[in-house]
Amino acid sequence: MDNFFSFSRWWSIVLKEFLQLRRDRVTFGMIVGIPLIQLALFGYAINTDPKNLPTAVIAADQSEFTRTLVAALQTSGYFVVTEQLRTEEEGRAALAQGRVQFVLNIPVDFTRRLLRGERPALLLEADATDPAATGMALGAINQIAQTVVMRDVTGSLAHLAGKSSPFEVRVHRLYNPENNSQFNTVPGLMGVVLTMTLVLMTGLAMTRERERGTMENLLAMPVRPVEVVTGKIVPYIAIGLIQSSIILLAAWLLFRVPFIGSLFAVYVAALLFIAANLTVGIMLSSVAQNQLQAMQMTMFYFMPNILLSGFMFPFRGMPQWAQAIGNVLPLTYFNRLIRGILLKGNDWIDLWPNLWPIALFTVVMMVIAVKFYRRTLD
Amino acid sequence: MSAEESDNFAIDVRSLNKHFGDKHVVNNVSLQVRRGEIFGFLGPNGSGKTTSIRLMCGLLTPDSGSGTCLGYDIHTESDKIKREVGYMTQKFSYWDDLTIRENLDFVARMYGMPNRRVAVEKTLEDLGLTTRANQLTGTLSGGWKQRLALAACMLHQPRLLLLDEPTAGVDPTARRDFWEELHRLAAQGISVLVSTHYMDEAERCHKLAYIAYGKLLAQGYAADIVAEQGLHTWTIHGEHLTELSDQLRCAPGVDQTVAFGAALHVSGRDATQLEKSVHEIAAARGLRVEPSSTGLEDVFIYIMSRSQDNIGATH
Repeated sequence: MDNFFSFSRWWSIVLKEFLQLRRDRVTFGMIVGIPLIQLALFGYAINTDPKNLPTAVIAADQSEFTRTLVAALQTSGYFVVTEQLRTEEEGRAALAQGRVQFVLNIPVDFTRRLLRGERPALLLEADATDPAATGMALGAINQIAQTVVMRDVTGSLAHLAGKSSPFEVRVHRLYNPENNSQFNTVPGLMGVVLTMTLVLMTGLAMTRERERGTMENLLAMPVRPVEVVTGKIVPYIAIGLIQSSIILLAAWLLFRVPFIGSLFAVYVAALLFIAANLTVGIMLSSVAQNQLQAMQMTMFYFMPNILLSGFMFPFRGMPQWAQAIGNVLPLTYFNRLIRGILLKGNDWIDLWPNLWPIALFTVVMMVIAVKFYRRTLD
Repeated sequence: MSAEESDNFAIDVRSLNKHFGDKHVVNNVSLQVRRGEIFGFLGPNGSGKTTSIRLMCGLLTPDSGSGTCLGYDIHTESDKIKREVGYMTQKFSYWDDLTIRENLDFVARMYGMPNRRVAVEKTLEDLGLTTRANQLTGTLSGGWKQRLALAACMLHQPRLLLLDEPTAGVDPTARRDFWEELHRLAAQGISVLVSTHYMDEAERCHKLAYIAYGKLLAQGYAADIVAEQGLHTWTIHGEHLTELSDQLRCAPGVDQTVAFGAALHVSGRDATQLEKSVHEIAAARGLRVEPSSTGLEDVFIYIMSRSQDNIGATH
């Protein structure tokens, strides 16, 4: 029977595989690292019921009641009042720049009309770009308002308690009034696809030369490192722009995503983001020993990008530490840029807070990459 | 040394040292290669040949030591050296996924050749590859790849060729053709530094250097290197030579035995003792004995084993 299956032969194969696995540090790291990171991210960081959403209040009417109402909003856990604004324009700007998720507008004679029983309205404007980020809070707002009336109102307003909804909360879902989640996902995909393909392709481009021995040949030729690095990047810039265009076309034709902002701004943002990803790829390729390692490192980089950038799950739903990681990733800023341009019609002033972090990231990565790329073989 | 004198050398390096981690890969290597000379670089695997070659053409920076390559300083003028040196790597290092013409064209562009197309077509013609110019390089056989690599590193008309084991894994006919080409190039005044493991190739070099454990153990004309060691050699013909060889090694006057098929080379420095031992042992078994000249291979094996002994002694 030894001819059909030899246990000792089979066991030697098993042992050899383990020996090789143990020496491949990167693979070993992935074996241990991926489940741990996945657990941490899915277990702790991802929250589909985001709380503590930044809210601006335009309180044209200050009374005991409005103060109680604002306090109740905060107690609910969904809203955190981060700024007090004076005009509606300021409110719109705060929403456009993504500083706040909600703007609560309390009209001038709100309390007076409330006391007269005229059933006045509060206006809650929501940045509904990502329906998942606002959905739960908006679902809760009317109930919070009721609670205020039922329980928290005392003193001179006490007679209002118990009456059914003495005022109304009007919700304006800005930028994505129909709560179409594709409007949020499809533009977000652009950054995800660019991250995946560009980091991987540039990562492989350099390690391939090293693995095949052709790098040695290149080094022996009178060509400067900056010429090699930039020369290898250019084709991928073109590839990135083609990919961006494909996704933009699909977003426009198939998913009917609104194109409110300027297409020029989209391409400027895309170009900057492509540059950021290429520097990551070059950085990885100068660290990776072979193509397999480059691929593994790409996966390692890709995972937090897809989970923590606000692409898949609402950014504001994540705990502070996860947001801190997300704040380092260029995809986080690109997602805000592309959604801001397409859905909100952001102008350059609105875009700037999310443009410079990508530029800074690119510069830092470039410096690291050039440091790692050694001209000679030692 | 006067400038004129150094002009006569394609390579002139002094006391080069290079460490990788705590490994002393190149240890105090000094080497001179004259213009138009074919200089053979020999030594076992991992002896520092490749690293030395890289140091000489400015690909690596030495930890200490100085020198010139084609009159340019190896520390500061590696850009100029690269322009005038053709470096053929040990492993085939052209792009398998480019065609033959594309590879040559790329090299020509890298060196900024003025009449690129003409040069590429001429090289293709010389190689006899014009009809296969659009074939992917990866599909070439080992011998053709080696010819292409030589042609590619000759494309920019370098004054010095650095060839790192160019004929490893190449069949004897292709090797012979390759060496004829090298001699043609040398006759045109091109200097060649070539590393090899083949003794027949070593004998075709004008001059030789032998390196082991990063140290240069011998340098000069083949005949001088052989004479320097002062070895005498006898050849014993017969079968079952392994047992005989073990017996001989213990005999007085015998420093080394090397088997060549059905013959055994027995060498030693003490001519009279050697002759006595060889004749006694061979006569006892009725084997034929004849005096022979000491070859390069005998000498290199001798140098190698002696340097091993030295290293063993210092530890």
